[in-house]
Amino acid sequence: MSTKASRSAARLMLAPAVILLLAWMLVPLTMTLIFSFQRYLPMRGGFQGWVGFENYARFIGSSAFWPAIQTTIIIVGGVLLITVILGILLAILLDQPMWGQGMVRILVIAPFFVMPTVSGLVWKNMFMDPNNGLLSHLWRFFGADPVIWLSDASMLSIILIVSWQWLPFATLILLTAIQSLDSEQIEAAEMDGAPVLSRFWHIILPHLARAITIVILIQTIFLLAIFAEIFVTTQGSFGTRTLTYLIYQRVLESQNVGLGSAGGIYAVILANIFALLLMRIVGKNLDR
Amino acid sequence: MGQIVLEQVTKSFGDVTVIPPLDLIIEDGEFTVFVGPSGCGKSTLLRLIAGLEDVTSGEIRIDGTPSATTPPAKRGLAMVFQSYALYPHMTVRKNIAFPLRMAGLDRAEQDRRVEQAAAVLNLTDYLDRRPGQLSGGQRQRVAIGRAIVREPAAFLFDEPLSNLDAALRVGMRLEISELHNRLKTTMIYVTHDQVEAMTMADKIVVLRAGHIEQVGSPLELYKAPRNLFVAGFIGSPRMNLIGGAEAAKHNATTIGIRPEHISISAEEGAWSGVVGVSEHLGSDTFFHVQDTGLAETVTVRADGEVNFRHGDRIYLTPREERLHRFDEQGLRIA
Repeated sequence: MSTKASRSAARLMLAPAVILLLAWMLVPLTMTLIFSFQRYLPMRGGFQGWVGFENYARFIGSSAFWPAIQTTIIIVGGVLLITVILGILLAILLDQPMWGQGMVRILVIAPFFVMPTVSGLVWKNMFMDPNNGLLSHLWRFFGADPVIWLSDASMLSIILIVSWQWLPFATLILLTAIQSLDSEQIEAAEMDGAPVLSRFWHIILPHLARAITIVILIQTIFLLAIFAEIFVTTQGSFGTRTLTYLIYQRVLESQNVGLGSAGGIYAVILANIFALLLMRIVGKNLDR
Repeated sequence: MGQIVLEQVTKSFGDVTVIPPLDLIIEDGEFTVFVGPSGCGKSTLLRLIAGLEDVTSGEIRIDGTPSATTPPAKRGLAMVFQSYALYPHMTVRKNIAFPLRMAGLDRAEQDRRVEQAAAVLNLTDYLDRRPGQLSGGQRQRVAIGRAIVREPAAFLFDEPLSNLDAALRVGMRLEISELHNRLKTTMIYVTHDQVEAMTMADKIVVLRAGHIEQVGSPLELYKAPRNLFVAGFIGSPRMNLIGGAEAAKHNATTIGIRPEHISISAEEGAWSGVVGVSEHLGSDTFFHVQDTGLAETVTVRADGEVNFRHGDRIYLTPREERLHRFDEQGLRIA
């Protein structure tokens, strides 16, 4: 299997895939880097010379930058909080033996298969619409004034929509983790006199720690880039302009490719800082 | 204190009856072993006593208190699991202290009892390690430590040695027996290994398909097995069971003779046969004798010095007073 000839043959056969993947990743990244040092306005004269770090300074100096960072963090944090807590509870619930277990599990995973754009639109038009939305009917049924979700509670709405999408992912990972818990450990804790809540706190939760960090790591990386849900609902207004959305506005609405690219590089750096931080936490957990 | 009485206890999973009505008394301080082939219900019986399974009907009395519906934690019993069931994220110290912490003991008392248990079990140097850093035997000791700190009315062991290698098993067997001698607490021990049962028990309960086949001290079971099943199960190597004409001579359907109760000779004897496989253990030699016309093979124990080779013709003589006779139902004829 590992003669010299077979190893070089293996490399040769892997090469196309590796080259394709590298090109796929490196070409856009390099182009973003190059654009970020240019003054480049496609509709207003195109390339207008190299400007060094001016785009970077302007992007960070803009009044929209820090609020966008704050919005991003609130959305990511809110979604993580909801998906992890509800995910743990749902996972425990789904772990109980019940009739139609397979069907229920598939239904729980279903929201993950819905495209972000579609789910954003479904929520906007079917649930959160102030006139015909299901929620407004519910509110009116109880005699309350319907909430105008996407403008009055814009952040909450976005967090709810995104949480709904990512809850299945968290549930699934945590469910498999719960299933891997040795039932004798729970029984031992029962014999040791631990009531239900203590068993959850001292046995189940520590067992889930690793799965929880993995959920947080993966979700954070994806949540930093959410776009479609905002694009089809609030369009970044009512304080829902995240870093990703700000970059989009700079590139496509202001037609300033250079400025947007600088923002893109900031986003890459931010994502990497998060990833490194979380990896270290996961690494610490894996050591145990 | 730890007398455990089972009265007409039954257990069914759906339509499947695992334990038909069963009565058993385990006296205070006794080392009782439940033994039987896998699937005989011995673990289920232990879990019923522990409270990890609900009885379908019947009563369990622990020190006279009806406990069949008492939750496990309130029964005052401690259990050592087959997988040890240590909490992997806690240190040895925290593992052992867990039941005390749950009972709400203060810190000083917890520490005192943990140190004491660790000293008894030679775990003092390992208190700050995690279970993942311990060997199988050490994990086993931690599991026992977690059981003894609670000072329970009785210990329940569910095949605790089956994950250890042979040498360690012998060592732990001695340690558990030693622990029993020191604590004088009731212990119930489940195993499928009749050697463990014979060496450790005060009282052996032989189970088959949820039925108690026989209850007695190891020597009672060895000397007077009540039926063919117990005869075949207790003793190593197995008793030779012989049917047909030879049994009829003794007015029985089946006769049994243990390998150690047959004398062996090169010249003359009651039975004759050809040596098949011989197992030399040093102290003893076991010959598997074929072509005797009695059974497929007859196992015979001889002194370690005796040396017959494959294919040699030898003569066997059973010791008459050690013959076991069984009727057509497989029950012992007195």
